[in-house]
Amino acid sequence: MTTSNTIQDIASQEYKWGFITEVDEDRIPKGLNEDTIRLISTKKNEPGFMLDWRLKAYRHWASLERAHAEPTWAHIKHPPIDYQGITYYSAPKQKPNRKSLDEVDPEVLEAYSKLGISLNEQKRLAGVAVDAVFDSVSVATTFKAKLAEKGVIFCSFSEAVQKHPDLVKKYLGSVVPYSDNFFAALNAAVFSDGSFAYVPKGVRCPMELSTYFRINAADTGQFERTLIVVEEGGYASYLEGCTAPKRDENQLHAAVVELIALDNAQIKYSTVQNWYPGDKEGNGGIYNFVTKRGKCLGNNSKISWTQVETGSAITWKYPSVILMGDNSVGEFYSVALTNNYQQADTGTKMIHMGKNTKSTIIAKGISAGHGQNTYRGQVKIMKGATGARNYTQCDSLLIGDQCGAHTFPYIEVRNGSARMEHEASTSKIGEDQIFYLRQRGLSAEEAVSMIINGFCKQVFRELPMEFAVEAQKLLSVSLEGSVG
Amino acid sequence: MNMLEIRNLHARIDNQEILKGIDLAIPAGEVHAIMGPNGSGKSTLAHVLARRESYEVAEGQVLFQGKDLLAMKPEEAACEGLFMAFQYPVEVAGISNAYFLRAALNAQRKYRGEDPLDAIDFLPILKAKMELLEMDERFQGRSVNEGFSGGEKKRNEIVQMAVLEPRLAVLDETDSGLDIDALKIVARGVNAMRSPDRSIVLITHYQRLLDYIVPDYVHVLANGRIIRSGGPELALELENKGYGWIAPALAGAQ
Repeated sequence: MTTSNTIQDIASQEYKWGFITEVDEDRIPKGLNEDTIRLISTKKNEPGFMLDWRLKAYRHWASLERAHAEPTWAHIKHPPIDYQGITYYSAPKQKPNRKSLDEVDPEVLEAYSKLGISLNEQKRLAGVAVDAVFDSVSVATTFKAKLAEKGVIFCSFSEAVQKHPDLVKKYLGSVVPYSDNFFAALNAAVFSDGSFAYVPKGVRCPMELSTYFRINAADTGQFERTLIVVEEGGYASYLEGCTAPKRDENQLHAAVVELIALDNAQIKYSTVQNWYPGDKEGNGGIYNFVTKRGKCLGNNSKISWTQVETGSAITWKYPSVILMGDNSVGEFYSVALTNNYQQADTGTKMIHMGKNTKSTIIAKGISAGHGQNTYRGQVKIMKGATGARNYTQCDSLLIGDQCGAHTFPYIEVRNGSARMEHEASTSKIGEDQIFYLRQRGLSAEEAVSMIINGFCKQVFRELPMEFAVEAQKLLSVSLEGSVG
Repeated sequence: MNMLEIRNLHARIDNQEILKGIDLAIPAGEVHAIMGPNGSGKSTLAHVLARRESYEVAEGQVLFQGKDLLAMKPEEAACEGLFMAFQYPVEVAGISNAYFLRAALNAQRKYRGEDPLDAIDFLPILKAKMELLEMDERFQGRSVNEGFSGGEKKRNEIVQMAVLEPRLAVLDETDSGLDIDALKIVARGVNAMRSPDRSIVLITHYQRLLDYIVPDYVHVLANGRIIRSGGPELALELENKGYGWIAPALAGAQ
């Protein structure tokens, strides 16, 4: 039994979240044109400004598509996506204006409970409010009333459009405009739901807000949009989790997340992404093409992204921070794992505009099997960003000799007072390390898991407690079979 | 019953035969030193006993407390009570010494059917052992061997041994790279572990260690075989006369 076998074996355990739920779906025909956009907007009973915005986005996207302007710069490979072969709206049938959980399809509730997510407030851990998004729509949001006491709004995006159109109109697209990139334009045109959170001035959100995204239907894309606004001096911590059934076809997930932090506000955004990664031969899996960006609009504001990316066939994702306010802080902590034939091209952008702005980037890439893992990060210091500072650390860990790790840092400095630090390392899990731990009594699996958890420690400690434990487990499960 | 019984052990690495028929019996409670020039097979013997997979056993038998050691995986041998102090201890970034050692101890306790120790029960044990080895408390929280000096790594090995309380400890050149003060501290730690139900194998190049840990027996390993065995005085003779004295072919070898 050699080490590379040991490592190979640990990395291939079955995907546990791959079940399919039988529900009646209200789905529109496959394909995408202006009528599709109108149909989605009608189904959601949207005000005119939404339809106008969607149509502008669609026309922009269509022009990019005609010009074959789908981005090609990422270090990923996939066959062309047939955008006419996708269903853009699929929702479990449910009563309109449902008042309580009793009116949600029990099959859908059952699906969430299988995933370990109870939507019943009494059964949930106090301290975490959940918005549950199933295919194209939000099926339930918990603890809304309790949050409302503090003035915090937490609801599905659709509900926000109906009940808080002014806030939506003010902030939608203000961080990620529909013209930002190919997938952001597509999302703006067809997005069907997502989460909305608003924390008023001076309020510290009393519980973790979270959204659990589940793709269920076949041939369906999930296009959700999340918007979080925290007013002066407010604080919010938001978590998201994602899973999907095992299917042989690739499915597209193109989300957009926008965060806005005003003066002295803080937003902490954590992701544990576990979309179906495809099988051992690289068939199937989710294409996770996501645009996430936060804007530190106010002075002394702070936005912190933490992500643990273990799923998806392809991940293309760069959670970024625009540091506009003076003394604002942007952080990015990332663990990305690619096993079997998974590909990840992920990193961040830190755009320093305000004075004395500070950013920290800690990126950990783990590659096993035939996985290809790319860190791509941009740090930009604009002319007015006097006293800006950035610290970047990116570390790659290779397991076995069939995988790859790549690093593409872009640094652009237009103000001489900036201070930049960049550290990078690449290492392999050595047979000597595994033997050392086994000699003390740990199994090969425990040894590899311990080495990897140590490697990821700087990122895990940024996650909320409950999530950190989940993330550690997920990582060892995702690697199971890569060590033998 | 002997703690360890090695019969006609042949082992190779990369198809090169390193051990060419070792016979050795170590009763419980005894300390045996294995000396020999570079390349004689000392470290190979330690790694074979600890069940490192890259070392292939071609022939022979090894009984550890009466059980077939060669059928065990490294972690099984460890859980049965075999400890190896490494010549070059390995670093594990991001995992604290305390966390690692508690995980190791609990893996061994689980193997024996005992309940795991929580941090509150474990830390006082670790603290006592670290005091014995004169290691600062801060080492508990530092990543395993990361940024440790050579001497600190060796002392950390003995701390681990003291916490895990093995039945058989194989110390692979634990004295190399130690100054005289550190050597005395390590020796004190090892001597504190001597007991009637524990055996210790000291693998060393130099006699110096044996001034502080006095062995019951000394064996000389050369070219993959034990060519002479004797009491502690054999080590002194070797120190004075060199290995060439017992094996003329090795004249000049260190």
